[in-house]
Amino acid sequence: MQTQDAINQEVSGSPKTNYLTNGFTLKSWLLTKDHKRIAIMYLITVSMFFFAGGMYASAIRLELLTPASDLLESGTYNKVFTQHGVLMIFFFLIPSIPAVLGNFFLPIMIGAKDLALPRVNLLSLYIYWLGGGLTIWALLQGGVDTGWTFYTPYSTTFSNTYVMAVGLGIFINGFSSILTGLNFIVTVHTMRAPGMTWFRMPLFVWAQYATSLVMILGTPVIAITVLMLAIERFAHVGIFDPSIGGDPILFQHLFWFYSHPAVYIMILPGMGVISELISNFSRKKIFGYEFIAFSSIAIAVFGFLVWGHHMFVSGQSIYAGMVFSFLTMVVAVPSAIKMFNWTATLYKGSVSYDTPMLYAIGFLGLFLIGGLTGLFLGSIGLTVHLTDTYFVVAHFHYVMVGGQVIAYLGGIHYWWPKMTGKMYSEFWGKISAMLVFIGFNLTFFPQFILGYQGMPRRYASYPAEFQVLNIFSTAGASVLGVGLIMPVIYLGHSLLYGKPAGDNPWMLPGLEWRTSSPPPTENFEKTPIVTWEAYEFGEESGLDLEEARKRDLATIS
Amino acid sequence: MQTNSWVPLFPDQASTFAWQVDLLYAYLILISVAFTIPIVVAVFFFAVRYREREKYATPDEMHGSIMLETVWSVIPFIISMTIFLAGAYVYYDQYRIPDDPAMEVYVVGKQWMWKLQHSTGQREINELHVPVGRKVKLTMTTEDVLHDFSIPAFRTKTDVVPGRYTYIWFEATKSGKYHLYCAEYCGLNHSGMGGYVYVMEQRDFDNWLSGNVSGQTPVEQGRDLFETKLGCASCHAGGPAQRGAKLEGIYGHDVKLVGGATVKADDEYIRNSILNPSGQVVEGFQPIMPTFKGQVTEEQLVSLVAYIKSLSGVTGSGTTPAGGASNTAASNSNTTSHGANSNSQGGGQRTAPANSNR
Repeated sequence: MQTQDAINQEVSGSPKTNYLTNGFTLKSWLLTKDHKRIAIMYLITVSMFFFAGGMYASAIRLELLTPASDLLESGTYNKVFTQHGVLMIFFFLIPSIPAVLGNFFLPIMIGAKDLALPRVNLLSLYIYWLGGGLTIWALLQGGVDTGWTFYTPYSTTFSNTYVMAVGLGIFINGFSSILTGLNFIVTVHTMRAPGMTWFRMPLFVWAQYATSLVMILGTPVIAITVLMLAIERFAHVGIFDPSIGGDPILFQHLFWFYSHPAVYIMILPGMGVISELISNFSRKKIFGYEFIAFSSIAIAVFGFLVWGHHMFVSGQSIYAGMVFSFLTMVVAVPSAIKMFNWTATLYKGSVSYDTPMLYAIGFLGLFLIGGLTGLFLGSIGLTVHLTDTYFVVAHFHYVMVGGQVIAYLGGIHYWWPKMTGKMYSEFWGKISAMLVFIGFNLTFFPQFILGYQGMPRRYASYPAEFQVLNIFSTAGASVLGVGLIMPVIYLGHSLLYGKPAGDNPWMLPGLEWRTSSPPPTENFEKTPIVTWEAYEFGEESGLDLEEARKRDLATIS
Repeated sequence: MQTNSWVPLFPDQASTFAWQVDLLYAYLILISVAFTIPIVVAVFFFAVRYREREKYATPDEMHGSIMLETVWSVIPFIISMTIFLAGAYVYYDQYRIPDDPAMEVYVVGKQWMWKLQHSTGQREINELHVPVGRKVKLTMTTEDVLHDFSIPAFRTKTDVVPGRYTYIWFEATKSGKYHLYCAEYCGLNHSGMGGYVYVMEQRDFDNWLSGNVSGQTPVEQGRDLFETKLGCASCHAGGPAQRGAKLEGIYGHDVKLVGGATVKADDEYIRNSILNPSGQVVEGFQPIMPTFKGQVTEEQLVSLVAYIKSLSGVTGSGTTPAGGASNTAASNSNTTSHGANSNSQGGGQRTAPANSNR
């Protein structure tokens, strides 16, 4: 039995070549075809973008501590919030879970040796680096001040910042998403291990599959849009600028036709991680497996039909507004289904409170608020008042940060022992999970109230009566900042001084826990044959729980 | 006026639909609480009640339940439909511009100021004075980028889009001074592009009107442009033999175009016909009119449209072509002829550095 072998090996401590020790040269990393090494390189890059975006966020919160625009003058502030959005959305949120955790674990979880197209996988990393490098270059040259939405005609005609360089960076980066999505789809279709039927796949894989569909269908649209932006800016062909015969609203349609589905690129993978965490740390099969799997697909499909809800006050017809409002209400239902199923999974489970589970429970609370406030914004009579206010800012941070970032952190903590073979400090892990939760709520909950009062977003200065809530928000942001920096320290520490994690520290049934930690380059000693359903925690799925209990006793004594 | 409480939770309710929006908000908060409390209680209860008591325990499997899944799919769907219907109801009421506004104001946004002109001629910058209890319609456009005319106390806002007109209406219910914001990001001084809306009792408003009169109403300015400055009259006036299409009485009616299509002559159509005449040529006429794009400013266009509307008996306050509705606001214009161009009370006369870099 593999697990048992692995445990024995652990005990005897015989060193084995794993993906990390298989070559130490820079070349062995840069020319690798190993999805795990590519994922690690993504992890490092994505983290750097996250902290760069976080610096901008700190600057925003410090500026908004006082009503006047005193720390940053408004031109700088405009660049800061634009660059915060661009880096966080295009270079952190979109690649975060798919390119790091998906890349590393999707093949392992379905029992494959690698992704179906390993060279394409490496190519997509290089494209990401190229797009990201170009964007960073543009930011260092002077940056961009159009907002991450690049609305025309401001972006085409009026802004004299580095719009096209950043646009090109995003354009290039889009191909990275497309190739990753394509690779995942092909892998799921062709590389599943014997016995790994579609309905035995972990829900994380289902979520990645749904995300990949959105990536390959949606991303080309943003590429086309950026291309048209360039044609207008350089060749003065009237596409979006009304003074030369274009239509600025057309840009918004095209932009949101991608960017709304992109919201689901940013949340579906997070939902996948949460399904894993909730089920595994309750040691109970997830409630309503099929419903969760299909709700991911439903979200991916309906997500393409609701872009107009970003444009309720942009001058589209009131009937179009109503149709988009209706469809927005429909797309809320699959998310509600997931929420209920996650909650029901805990029922009569065996719930443990390890760090990843704390993140998962935090996700449930934050995503609940994020989702419910989405209903406020989908209800057309109400959203006219709320559009372009801090209510929107708070809502999407609850979904993007409270959802995706929390899920990403939960996922990193969950799979860290597998990726590195080392265990981090549970104590500090729990402290940081709680700080993130408290800091996040303190930062963003006041913004709902600010938004209903009417404080517009993207304001460098604001009327004095909004200051009290802004002080709360900035105070919360500093707690959140501490909570987010801590994992860098204790995870980094664990790399050098962490206890060996063992192959299966929590005795979980997923295929990734049935290989060594860190996994060998080819993932498994021999191709696994799957004879069990997803999320079966008993002995019948091949887990030697008795042995594990003995192992625990041995480590204690 | 803005409440002075430490943390104000609601902005002032100062328009006829503010209470509807607030009611909808309260309904959604109620639903949110009704979902949040059971879920949070359940999560905590399950997490504590079913906490791990033995390492690697294997609780009984549970596969799910079609019954439960159906219940928690259908109930949220029904609730979400009530939210949709309530939202659509409130919205429909707000955003269908009434046919008989008592007052009309033209708004031109530019980086980073609001220029407003009443149909009676008064000009304002970053300020808008309106009377209580009268339906006010705003016709808006912009000289440069997108803006958004937003008055939280009225619970309304609409984007202002270059190259077209957008509209907003409200009926103020409470006198006071309310924030006016630009809510669509528009560049450098976006957060400075705003001011106040002053809602006044009718008597105060009449006083204000008579104390702040510009030389000409939009219709008069439009006539000036039409007859002399731009020379429109050389083709569009003169009787049966005129070269250009007849403009009298067309507003609000269908116009037959070359090629057989018909189009309703509204503000947008008149505007387009000035800027892009060959786009929609009236049946029986040659496409000989030159474009006036680049020769007229947005404010002049607004005046021209107002004048052409007046040729159909629409005097700038009230958009129905039939001259039925009596226009009290417009009649003021005839009685007030004193006063040179007074650009309202200063306030927002900030210098706006041009940022166009074509």
